[in-house]
Amino acid sequence: MTDLLRIEGISKSYPGVKANDDVSFTIGQGRIHALLGENGAGKSTLVKMIYGLVRPDSGRMVMHGAPYQPADPRAARAQGVAMVFQHFSLFDALTVAENVALGMDNPPPLRDLARRIREVSEGYGLPLDPGRVVGDLSAGERQRIEILRCLLQDPKLLIMDEPTSVLTPQEVTILFGTLRQLAAEGTSILYISHKLEEIRSLCDEATILRHGKVVGSCNPRDTSARAMAEMMVGASLRAPARTATEPGPVALEVRNLSLPATHPFGTPLRAISLAVRQGEVLGIGGVAGNGQDELMLALSGEVRSAAETVRVLGQPVGDQDPNSRRRAGMVTAPEERLGHAAVPEMSLTENAVLSGTVRKRLARRGFIDWRAAEDWAAEIIATFDVRTRGTGTPAAALSGGNLQKFVLGREIMQSPAVIVVNQPTWGVDASAAAYIRQALLDRAAAGAAVVVISQDIDEILEIADTFAALNEGRLSAPRPVAGLTLEQIGLMLGGAHGMHQAEPEALHAAVPAASLPESPHVPS
Amino acid sequence: MTLGGIDIVMLIASMMVAATPILLAATGEMVAEKAGVLNLGVEGMMIMGAIGGFGAAVLTGSPVIGFLAAAAAGVVMALLFAVLTLKLLSNQVATGLALTLFGLGLSALLGQGLQGIKPPPTARLPLGPLADLPVLGPIVFGHDWVVYLSLALVVAVRWYLARTRGGLVLRAVGENPDAAHALGYPVVRVRVLALAFGGALAGLGGAYLSLVRVPQWTEGMTAGAGWIALAIVVFASWRAERVLLGAYLFGGITVLQLRLQAAGVAIPVQILSMAPYLITILVLVVMSARGGRARLQAPAALGRPFVAVR
Repeated sequence: MTDLLRIEGISKSYPGVKANDDVSFTIGQGRIHALLGENGAGKSTLVKMIYGLVRPDSGRMVMHGAPYQPADPRAARAQGVAMVFQHFSLFDALTVAENVALGMDNPPPLRDLARRIREVSEGYGLPLDPGRVVGDLSAGERQRIEILRCLLQDPKLLIMDEPTSVLTPQEVTILFGTLRQLAAEGTSILYISHKLEEIRSLCDEATILRHGKVVGSCNPRDTSARAMAEMMVGASLRAPARTATEPGPVALEVRNLSLPATHPFGTPLRAISLAVRQGEVLGIGGVAGNGQDELMLALSGEVRSAAETVRVLGQPVGDQDPNSRRRAGMVTAPEERLGHAAVPEMSLTENAVLSGTVRKRLARRGFIDWRAAEDWAAEIIATFDVRTRGTGTPAAALSGGNLQKFVLGREIMQSPAVIVVNQPTWGVDASAAAYIRQALLDRAAAGAAVVVISQDIDEILEIADTFAALNEGRLSAPRPVAGLTLEQIGLMLGGAHGMHQAEPEALHAAVPAASLPESPHVPS
Repeated sequence: MTLGGIDIVMLIASMMVAATPILLAATGEMVAEKAGVLNLGVEGMMIMGAIGGFGAAVLTGSPVIGFLAAAAAGVVMALLFAVLTLKLLSNQVATGLALTLFGLGLSALLGQGLQGIKPPPTARLPLGPLADLPVLGPIVFGHDWVVYLSLALVVAVRWYLARTRGGLVLRAVGENPDAAHALGYPVVRVRVLALAFGGALAGLGGAYLSLVRVPQWTEGMTAGAGWIALAIVVFASWRAERVLLGAYLFGGITVLQLRLQAAGVAIPVQILSMAPYLITILVLVVMSARGGRARLQAPAALGRPFVAVR
């Protein structure tokens, strides 16, 4: 096996953080190499250095035996490095072809490019219409643009940063087929993810980062997901425990809820009905952008509908504002922690008052009882193990996991009858995620109806009793989680959204030979 | 050809002259906004162009040098704005307002002693007998070169934004600067260049006021033309052809209401004076309200600061 890229002792510091500390590893030609680590472990900084977006403080990189120091992404692309970003690299108002052209250094005229996009995308089983405006496309289709943008450059090294977080299981299978085909043709792939089962099925080797340092490497095919997770976290993990309880009467009922989209590229809700009983956890899955945000807004009361469409404990609240819904017994925690669930500049006490004032009676005749508020904030911090200096700390100063624990704690400690959360463990480290899931299960065991909207299928399988899928603003009929296979879930999520397996013959027939790697390198 | 005592041919011809300053300024501002920068200092850049162009033309006796100086003055103002907002990351709205106030004040200072002077005349394009054609002559062939330049610039800008790679990068920077940066495009440089272009055109627009339309220097002579240019950009949904329509509509109604005032029509003067503003904005609002997708034309990152992490 020949080495494509060798990373030797790379370090990078930002004020107050050591993002990378003496990182070394090697990517072989035609190999699929996984980079594992929790949020903030330094994966993104490392790949940004390989892609020329960030300059290392010390250490060096060697590609094909020659020193490799890209000054900017253009230089990296010239050396055959391509990158699929986790987010923010597409332009909503531009067409597919224009987006692809922006990612190339010498794009052909748009008409020729459109033809090549059609051919190559069909060949790799990722069909795309070059004339469509990106803002109108699904998350899966957007991802295809990014991948295609890279494929058209014939990369030697393809970096993929969390590519599957927006795909259905079927789409993931097809993507993996494409990646294996690329690797067989000699392209090396650096694959970043924290989805361990995917890494086990796809990757040849894995390097694990924790707090900016390499803490180990392994062959993911014969290492268990649990063992890798513990290497990432640096501690042993405990799966959430569920106590079987008999569900009570219906606590939250949504009947025929339809709402227009709230912004130009949003999704309208189409006749959504659901019922959650006391003690039950309903998991709502779906690929991003299929109506999750809109459903959350409709349940929290930020967007209102007809009174009877939403009932809490039998009481119609569809036309009520968030505080009236809290009074009726329903609390919510949106996905975006900073700026939606919490005001970044305000202290934890103030943030606690904002949502808790109704149910905890923190205000009398319009005046806030600061002593009670502070006691309550301190109680949340103690109960939910929020690591912070005190109740006066601004929300923005907390790490993602700690703030999420505080936000969830604030809602759960209001003893709600119904709690709705969107992406409760998004961007949260594994131990905090386990803690949050356990807290939700405990609240359900105490008699609350819990709705978890999440794009993480594993999370739903872990804590939900019933599963329903959101697809283009429609909610499927709920099914019990026990006995549900990954394939069935994938079909509920909308299947493969028009993708199909790669057809190498079609590709080789359609693309001029010169644009493909000359001879496939088989990893030895 | 007259209607109610107003010569239609002359009306159209003078509409084009009245609209040209706004057309130039709005076209330039549209390019800057397409790159994601909201420069509210158009009025300030115009008036600096007006005084710079007037001064240079009077000194040298050449209107061409006057227009060049006006463009340079607009660029200097725009670069000042660029340094403040793009390098020092000051607030774009506040800085734009300050730029306008600064331009109005500085131009008044520089213009001391230039009042009451007549600038050298700007030549009509020598199109020979074509200009003597009935109807078509005065409308199509009877103008000075700046009118044709402004129309050519509209076509060029439209073509540049839609068809060229530079235009695509410019739109990308205005749409999602983080993504453009991640792909390796120089966001700040693109924005500085777009601002400079906008400044140059605003300067030309201002000089057209002081050298052709009025033609003399008076303090504060732009009289809100920069603001109407800004409004036209928004209501034209950031599209060059609609900017042209908006500017000519505004120019047309301005000229028409002046003629109506002169003809002594029984409508209060105040209502006539506000008609251009009201009707232009009304028409453009109705147009942009029709196509539901029109509002998506607004550059997504307009007015938002951009900081690259390295």
